[in-house]
Formats: sequence, C-alpha cells, structure tokens
Amino acid sequence: MVRDDVVEYSLDTHHSEEEGVKMRKKIWKVTAILSLITIIEVGVGIMFPKTSVSGGTWAAIKYGYIVLTLLKAGYIILVFMHLGDETKSLRRMILWPYIVFVLYLLFILLTEAAYVYSIWDARP
Amino acid sequence: MAGAASTEIDSATAWGGGWRSPFKVSYGKLMMWFFLISDGLTFGGLLTALGFAKYSNPEMAGSWPMGEEVFTHIPFTHAPAPLIYVAFMTFILIVSSVTMVLAVEAGHRMDKKGVIKWLLLTVVGGLIFLGSQVWEWSTFIAGPDGDIHTWADNATLLHSVYGGDYTVVGHGHGGHTVINSYGPTLYANFFFFITGFHGFHVFTGVLFNILVLRNVLRGVYHKRGHYEMVEKVGLYWHFVDLVWVFVFTFFYLV
Repeated sequence: MVRDDVVEYSLDTHHSEEEGVKMRKKIWKVTAILSLITIIEVGVGIMFPKTSVSGGTWAAIKYGYIVLTLLKAGYIILVFMHLGDETKSLRRMILWPYIVFVLYLLFILLTEAAYVYSIWDARP
Repeated sequence: MAGAASTEIDSATAWGGGWRSPFKVSYGKLMMWFFLISDGLTFGGLLTALGFAKYSNPEMAGSWPMGEEVFTHIPFTHAPAPLIYVAFMTFILIVSSVTMVLAVEAGHRMDKKGVIKWLLLTVVGGLIFLGSQVWEWSTFIAGPDGDIHTWADNATLLHSVYGGDYTVVGHGHGGHTVINSYGPTLYANFFFFITGFHGFHVFTGVLFNILVLRNVLRGVYHKRGHYEMVEKVGLYWHFVDLVWVFVFTFFYLV
C-alpha cells in the first residue's frame, strides 16, 4: 500500500530564499495589521466605557468589536495558518460547514435567550 | 506557499480515486485541521452559551461585569488601569503566533537555525502568557493580601458597575455566604471555565512546541527532509491564538 504522508506533499511547501523574503514581508505586514486592530480595540475600550456612552453608541461599538474580531480571525486563519494558500476545495471544506454551524448555533441560542428573558421578565 | 496546492488539476483527476489526496495535503495536516474544527466548535459552543446566559437572565444583566472592567490591575501598581494588562496578554500571544509562523517559514527553507530561534521564542512567549494568566487568576481568587474579602484595589469580578455587591442571601453555601466576592456565580463559572480551558490549550501547546523543538535540535526533521511537524504544531498554536482573539472580545471588550 502506498503511503501518502511521507514526503509527497510535505516537500511541496518548500520555497527558495527569495520567496522566503517575500513571505516574511507579508508576515510582518499582517503582524502590523493585527497589532493595530488590537490597539484600536483597547483604545476604544478605555476611552468609551459602557457606562459613559448611550445605548445606541454602545451597540455600534459592540458590533464594531465583533467585526474587528472577525477581521483578526480571518488574517490569522488565512495567512498565519496558510489556509489561504491551500487548495480551494480544502479551504471551503473547512470554513463553510464551520461558519454555517456556528451561525445556526448563534441564531438558535440568541432567539431562545430572548424568549427566556421575556418569560423571566414577566414574572410577578 | 508555492507548490502542489497552487497547480491546477481537473477535478476528474483530483477526485477520481487513486492514491493522491485531492486536497494536496498530507494526512497529518488534514487530521490536524479536522481536530481544530472540532475544538473550535467546542469553544464556539462555550462562548455562545455565555451569550445565552447573558441575554436570557434579567437579574444577571443587572450585575454582569462590564467588559473593560473585568480586570483593571497592573502588577506592582495600585492604579486602576482597565484593559491594559489583558491587552498585554493579547499582544504576547499575537507575537508568539508571529514567531511561530516565522519558524514554519524557516522550516520551508530547511533553515534549522532559524527554526530553533523562532520556535524557542514561541515557547518563551507561551510561558509568559501562561504566567500572566496565573497572575490574573491568583489576583482574582485571593488578591495580594491572600484574603478573598480584601479586594480593595484588585476588585474585578467583585466590581459591579451596575450597582452594589452581588449578595446571595439564604443561598445555602454554609452560613457565611452573604457576599459572593466572585461576582455573579454564572459569570464566574463561565469566566474561569472558558479562560481556564483556553489556558489549558496554551499549556499543551507549549508542551508540543517544546517536544518538537527537542526533535528539531536533534536534527530529526532535517534528516527527514522536511519540517512539516513544525507546521502542524504551528497550526495548533495559531488556533490557540485565534481562540484568545474571541475570548478577549467576548470577555474583556463586549
């Protein structure tokens, strides 16, 4: 039986010195982006605490945090974990079921949470 | 990454059986991805459950600690500093993720010295993070005075910005539990479980990194002709960073 785990694919990822320079440049660029996003998040967190802003502003900040978090996650998965460099089929196989399942879980739990809240809140 | 992943093969050949993987990755790497998906769903479930608890319970909503107020302490100072320490932990983990991806990159060039350097820095970063978390937890649990009730300057979970201490009256944990200094019990459960579960992942990640570093030092991967093992533990390590990004958002920011 032929084993496919020994060298075939592992050697494919090897690259030359010049390609390495390019890759390191990309890595440092992504590092700068990730650090910048974290600094923005922390800065907003310190300057606009929940108690000092209106409900609407807080909602905007909250969704902003979530968008920034997903952005960071995207950079980590696609660049640091090299998923962006894998085949399209592998990328889709990993990400799509995952995203669909988590969105479904979020939807169902937040819907139920709203319902449970209304029941608890209506207690005499 | 150059190589097979970027070369086009028509799908009839790729999926028509035979011994080559249609995904063009090795068995070990694919299995690591499968494991990470299931582990990610575990964390996804935990964080979604946190959201459920937070949004379903009106009483909890009243005394639920505010994100940036969860941890407001810096070692050796008494100044209130929301978020700073946690931001430091986040930064350490991001930097150690960067050193890990640099180790993987060095491995692709068969640069043994580079792999050793960056992997060693990754281990150091992981240990700094773990130490920081130990310090955070011990501050939460005991405080510098070693007494749960003297949380004057490190009061965090106790800190209820929505009004007053969280009091549990007639809630049979022995006769003494009048003030629950951990904040809302449900919150503390989630906090310690999720950050603890993540911390345990960091711990095992550091362990894997040390084991792989040992093999790198002994020249095992150089003899094998590729450093894919570094890439595989690298995937795990980046995943740990990824989870922290979400933990950071949903515990310390939102």
